[in-house]
Amino acid sequence: MISEKLIKVAMADLNIASNGEVLKTTGLGSCVGLTLFDPAKRIAGMAHVMLPSSSIARETPLNVAKYADTAIPELIERMVALGASIRAMQAKMAGGAQMFTLPGQTDSLRIGPRNVESCLMKLEQYNIPLLSQDTGGNFGRTIEFSSNDGILTIRSVQHGIKEI
Amino acid sequence: MTNFNRFEAFELDVLKEVGNIGAGNAATALSTLLNKPVDMSVPSVRLLPFEQVAERVGGSEQTVIAVFLRVEGDVPGNMFFIMQKHYALQLMSQLLPGEHVMDGTYTELEMSMLCEIGNILAGSYLSSLADFTKLQLHPSVPVVAHDMAGAILSYGIMQYGEMGDSALLIETSFLEDCKSLEGHFFLIPDPNSFEKIFRALGVGLE
Repeated sequence: MISEKLIKVAMADLNIASNGEVLKTTGLGSCVGLTLFDPAKRIAGMAHVMLPSSSIARETPLNVAKYADTAIPELIERMVALGASIRAMQAKMAGGAQMFTLPGQTDSLRIGPRNVESCLMKLEQYNIPLLSQDTGGNFGRTIEFSSNDGILTIRSVQHGIKEI
Repeated sequence: MTNFNRFEAFELDVLKEVGNIGAGNAATALSTLLNKPVDMSVPSVRLLPFEQVAERVGGSEQTVIAVFLRVEGDVPGNMFFIMQKHYALQLMSQLLPGEHVMDGTYTELEMSMLCEIGNILAGSYLSSLADFTKLQLHPSVPVVAHDMAGAILSYGIMQYGEMGDSALLIETSFLEDCKSLEGHFFLIPDPNSFEKIFRALGVGLE
């Protein structure tokens, strides 16, 4: 994995990769790292989603990569522009943790689980199957996604490295 | 809604003073705990792009010990006390001389001790701030985490997400003995709290 080109995806950001390039995003807490992959064309995409829905946005211009409901369509569009087929796409995701739990916490603070739910809903709309996920818990994750084989590598402080 | 990009210089100074009052007392508390002088940095108040927030403590993937308190009351916000792992070890070995402190994993006792230290320091930060401003601040019970800085700090800046791609942080660091110990306080007021902070410190916003 060392010799391959790394493409960094920042927080509230998305990017696509091909030709064996590797997408990476660090320090996912309640954010969700969502990946799409076209195995035939070996085109990969990754979004670092921060919030579940753009309906609460008060920013202009809108950063589409930040919200689950706008990031996924944008990611699909960019992969299709590169030659990927939406019908071939497969999804994986990681993150969506609840980093801190305080007594008496209101539902609005459950951002992690809500990010996951929102991503799932959007994938369903596009009929993109979710192959695997590593979500929830109360810990941070750093992920790498290879456009060579569509393997998602997840690293966390407490649980080491795993591949899904 | 306050426009964060357009804070005047004197408003930033007011927020720096908030960091000064709070961390000054916290540094005194730490100095008492360690029985050693502790220096404090000049507070920095900055509107930071999300991606740069974690850089302040070594980058998004850096493993840190963080104590988090949610502040409710007149000016809701999030309070973090963050140390890089090797400084947390230093701190423990200074407070528990003779104990063999292992790198890597922490026992429940060690985590609970770090949580309590963070609680004492953050508590003295917030109580001196409340005394000075006459604002009601009600910190939650402290929660401690040993995890990636990016994952931890992103929790505290979530409320800024719907407004843009940056968050306002009041940061103060302390140093002991030529960098043998270093820690960071981050007070991240909720976006709606700034008006009340300004008013409490005598800066009128019409």
